[in-house]
Amino acid sequence: MKEAGMSLIVKRITKITVSLIFLYGVYIVLHGHITPGGGFAGGVIIALSFIHLVLAFGKEAALKRLNETAVSAIESLGGLLFWGIALLGLLGGVFFLNILPKGRIFHLFSSGTIVLCNIAIFLKVGAGLFAIFIALAAMRMPAEKKEGKK
Amino acid sequence: MLPIFVIIPLGCAFLIPIASKWRKGSAQILANLAGGLLLLFSIKSIFWLKTGIKLYYLGGWKPPFGIAMALDGMTVLMLIVVNLIGCLALVYSIDYIKRYTSPALYYTLFSLLLAGLNGVVVSADLFNLFVFLEITSIASYALVAFGTEAEELEASFKYLVLGSVASILILLAIGMLLGSVSTLNMADISRSLAASSSSSKDIILYCTALFIMGFGLKTALVPFHAWLPDAHPAAPAPMSAMLSGVVIKTIGVYALCRVVFNILGFTQMISSIFIWLGIISMLVGVLLAIGQWDFKRLLAYHSISQIGYVIFGIGLGTPLGIMGGLFHLFNHSLFKSLLFLNAGSVEYSTGTRQLEKLGGLSKQMPVTSATSLIASLSIAGIPPFCGFWSKLVIIIAAFQANNIAGGVVCVLVGIITLASFLKIQKYVFIRKVEEAMAGVKEAPLYMLFSMAVLAVLCVAAGLLFLPFMDTIIKPASDALLEGLNYAGLILGT
Amino acid sequence: MSIYILCLILFAVGLYCLLVKRNLIKKIVGLGIMEYAVNLFFILLGYRHNGQAPILDKEQAIVNMVDPLPQALILTSIVIGLGVMALMVAITVRLYEKYRTFDIGEIRRLKG
Repeated sequence: MKEAGMSLIVKRITKITVSLIFLYGVYIVLHGHITPGGGFAGGVIIALSFIHLVLAFGKEAALKRLNETAVSAIESLGGLLFWGIALLGLLGGVFFLNILPKGRIFHLFSSGTIVLCNIAIFLKVGAGLFAIFIALAAMRMPAEKKEGKK
Repeated sequence: MLPIFVIIPLGCAFLIPIASKWRKGSAQILANLAGGLLLLFSIKSIFWLKTGIKLYYLGGWKPPFGIAMALDGMTVLMLIVVNLIGCLALVYSIDYIKRYTSPALYYTLFSLLLAGLNGVVVSADLFNLFVFLEITSIASYALVAFGTEAEELEASFKYLVLGSVASILILLAIGMLLGSVSTLNMADISRSLAASSSSSKDIILYCTALFIMGFGLKTALVPFHAWLPDAHPAAPAPMSAMLSGVVIKTIGVYALCRVVFNILGFTQMISSIFIWLGIISMLVGVLLAIGQWDFKRLLAYHSISQIGYVIFGIGLGTPLGIMGGLFHLFNHSLFKSLLFLNAGSVEYSTGTRQLEKLGGLSKQMPVTSATSLIASLSIAGIPPFCGFWSKLVIIIAAFQANNIAGGVVCVLVGIITLASFLKIQKYVFIRKVEEAMAGVKEAPLYMLFSMAVLAVLCVAAGLLFLPFMDTIIKPASDALLEGLNYAGLILGT
Repeated sequence: MSIYILCLILFAVGLYCLLVKRNLIKKIVGLGIMEYAVNLFFILLGYRHNGQAPILDKEQAIVNMVDPLPQALILTSIVIGLGVMALMVAITVRLYEKYRTFDIGEIRRLKG
């Protein structure tokens, strides 16, 4: 029986590159408030790193690490987090008010809640995009369904 | 506290997927709780309005820099329509949605829909309005396809393509406005357009055309109506009630009126466009409805026709006409949702919605039968019920504005509507059939409850129409008649 | 000005594809082209000849920057477009399961 996923070369390279892609995504997210990028771009990059895994190792291997329930839970968590940050502004009297100290410009710890917002968006977008990919990949064409397990 | 209308349903939408993993039934409890709270706040908003227009600056950023939310008469009317029907549809869903496999998904999408609708209504920023409009649209595309049967998917695809084209046109118009005045706050756009030179007249004309096309597609006015008769019957019944009762009014009529009246300015040309669109919609909708044998599809065609009344009334541009149009908008949301809920419970009990196969249900389903009779009489415009008064006001306004042809069409369409609903009454509830419908039971309790509430409201809005007009419809029509002074009211002079 | 006309032509190409092609996937592509034409239009609105990227940096003075507002708006619009596109593709796949075809002419169970 054929092994799932692509050839050995692809798998080997993927093992090396995936962590780098993931790390780059995290960098983009955390520096979103001082350089171009942010939650959406970083989330997309991180989702792509997981999609990369799915392509190289086949669906089953990747879904072992991150199954569909976990993905949808993370997505909702991201949404809730963003909602919570917006509600946090009510402590200062106004919805969406940036109440944390702003810090010094061009420093990593600055700009108050923007960093937290970026992280929430990253969770939402990353998980959401990956969920879309899984959902579309899981839908098999009828012809395939006959031979596939289900 | 204006953002509360967005905060509650949005939080609910994010909470449901997590909560429903932890406990099965929590989705419907959360969603109904959110619906109830929203209804409470929207009734409370009538009293907020007493002290004048309310403004809210998100994040404390003053316009034109930040996103603002505003509450005026029109907003209050729409908030009540959205949340009243939304809450009752959610109550109805408790029993109805048991037939489907994933209730958590349904309630998530429904909360998202409510968030979008409320957002469209309270937003005072053009791009923000567009974003909420898209949230609403995406949620409704998904809900139309919720059954994932062949017909539902086909209807949803049609709706998706036409809805996306509408969104693109609206976005293009927003881009045009942004390019010419470099601001997105509605009041600020209106003021800048009024202040700028004559070259902006062309921009206004072009944007008006784009907005009428875009929002007309979302409203399903007649040249743009192709998707509606497919999409509305395909959805689950409470969702059909939302689509016909609320969605086409909020992201269609409300948004169109807000943009045309308060931003671009209501001119003679737009008035005649509205009147013609209204007349054509009324006639074509009702004529196409006559030949239908699918219960929900027939109702969907009547939605087109009744929205024609609303647009016609508003297009007259006189205070009486606008009041009539808005009152009819409110009434239509009551009786059309009620009719869709009736159709839903008939389908729930008998498993079909083909009129020929149904019959004699007035014995087995007394509540459904009685409420649908009230709704049918309301939509046809029989005196004590609410539909009569709004149609009367529109017809009087039409004759006052010397639009004899329009008035005559209104009367004529009313008569055909009556005929069409007598057909429903006869085939579904009154006529005698042997055995076929023997084992049919009345719908479950929660479904009956929301239908009964809507029926009572139909009668109440008919009997108490004068105080009702004064408290809710009058401020709304005043807000539209304010026209371009809206900018001064929002920004301060 | 000519660049706006090119943008309009792109829009028209999308519209043509949406209206004329009978394949569902091609219709989706057409819709995507239309959407990106409008996005491009927004970006062009904020463009300034020889302008700088609107990024605040230590060494960069705030002169002659491109307008960042349309770019921010378009990011939102792209996200929305992504959602719509994903939903559309999902529905198309399901439609294919039911009808075994992508031809819009044969997907005609709803009439009247």
